[in-house]
Amino acid sequence: MYSEKVLDHFANPRNVGEIEKADGVGTVGNAKCGDIMQMYLKVEDGIIKDVKFKTFGCGAAIATSSMATEMVKGKTIEEALKLTNKAVADALDGLPGPKVHCSLLAEEAIHAAIEDYQKNHPQTP
Amino acid sequence: MNRIYLDNAATTPVSQPVLDKMIPYFREHYGNASSVYATGRDARRAIDAARRQAAEAINAQPAEIYFTGGGSESDNWAIKGAAFARRDKGNHIITTQVEHHAVLHTCEWLEKQGFSVTYLPVDEYGRVTAEQVEAAITDQTILITIMAANNEIGTLMPIGQIAQVAKKHKVLFHTDAVQALGAVPVDVEAWGIDLLSLSAHKFHGPKGVGLLYIRKGTRIDNLVHGGAQERGRRAGTENLPAIVGMGEAIALAAQSQPDNAKRLSAMRDRLIAGLLEEIPHIRLNGHPTERLPGNVNVSIRYIEGEAMLLRLDMAGIAASSGSACTSGSLDPSHVLLAIGLPHEIAHGSLRFSLSDESVDADVDEVLKVLPGIVKTLRDMSPIYPGKEG
Ligand SMILES: Cc1ncc(COP(=O)(O)O)c(C=O)c1O
Ligand code: FES
Repeated sequence: MYSEKVLDHFANPRNVGEIEKADGVGTVGNAKCGDIMQMYLKVEDGIIKDVKFKTFGCGAAIATSSMATEMVKGKTIEEALKLTNKAVADALDGLPGPKVHCSLLAEEAIHAAIEDYQKNHPQTP
Repeated sequence: MNRIYLDNAATTPVSQPVLDKMIPYFREHYGNASSVYATGRDARRAIDAARRQAAEAINAQPAEIYFTGGGSESDNWAIKGAAFARRDKGNHIITTQVEHHAVLHTCEWLEKQGFSVTYLPVDEYGRVTAEQVEAAITDQTILITIMAANNEIGTLMPIGQIAQVAKKHKVLFHTDAVQALGAVPVDVEAWGIDLLSLSAHKFHGPKGVGLLYIRKGTRIDNLVHGGAQERGRRAGTENLPAIVGMGEAIALAAQSQPDNAKRLSAMRDRLIAGLLEEIPHIRLNGHPTERLPGNVNVSIRYIEGEAMLLRLDMAGIAASSGSACTSGSLDPSHVLLAIGLPHEIAHGSLRFSLSDESVDADVDEVLKVLPGIVKTLRDMSPIYPGKEG
């Protein structure tokens, strides 16, 4: 039921881990099934230099976290804020119906990490 | 890759002897058992033989065996049929919170038809007691339906004791024994029950065929209306090859049950002990001893079940989980919640279910690969406190 890309990102997730002294950290939970996703950002000159994640969740949750980190790495904050769950799901060649909400978690986690970064660095939006 | 199948509680492969028995009934003896000509009579004889095999396997009379389209139909028929047939006597049904959905959703539907249902809570191992059942009986109670063995956590219910209580209060007793057959002795006389559901695909028979045992003299309404098949109680041209297959499968399962139970419980206990030893922050779900010989169910903390299943699948191992993420409805297993597990621990549940085709090497392989999978996923988990936690 999962696409090859989902299975690949699940089996070999990119950017797993934590960033010490991260510029922004976002943690979001999925009210629906109880999963938790955490994103860490390193930002320089408004550009996401590094991003890492940790996820407690299903295969789709892990794969979408991994894909989302790849999609925002090297992007500006403005670009990263435009990331949608649909874009993440599309990049993974789609998700089965009941798993679409997992991609929402990835979008929310990135946004939460950026908000945290902006709160910590009000002078450099 | 060597594929290891440890999801036998979901379904089992049709065994070779069962398949061999079925094949002639597709192209050679394909007749309609209701017809008078020779091939019809062949079909009739084959169904009668299967009925005798089934009756013998559960210590019933052939006239008490009714073939159905599987376990779900048997459960639906027993419960709806008993409820409506006894509506004049009362409207109360007693069941438990850990039944299969075929029972639970049937009971919920009956509530919409005006029946009232008590869903008994279970203890931490998933058991109800006969005393609990007795205390729930009112003068309105017409049916008790309690499973013999739980499909998720393998817990065995005290069916014989509950049957005595039911008898004392003149309440019909149905048991879903779908998981029990071939695993523990299933004897309708020793248990003393009125209605019992079975499904062939759980013991190396084909899918889509089951039976309902109806004790002689027990009146229940029909569920499937139509032709006069199954002595006028279950309409529809008999699924001849499937019924023949079920007859053979049930005979073989009953025959090998004692040896099987011994061999599988040793494998089960070795798998449980190995998992508890190798993996930190793990718990066994279900009863330590009063459980199906082939059932292992554990909760592994800080990680989620579907992710483990996918990684096991990549390692060639098929298992299942009661995690919310695997359920379609995104609710964790009602059985794991009923035994008191919080959502996050139900989340990390895994079930391995053995059958007589399982071998020691299967257990070795799980013990070899699962600890590594757990470690990988925990390293990825934001809530894993690490070794010291
Ligand atoms: C305890 C129990 N009851 C009923 C069923 C339903 O049986 P079937 O799949 O034959 O409809 C199953 C299996 O899915 C089961 O494990
Ligand atoms: S995060 Fe639970 S279903 Fe995907």
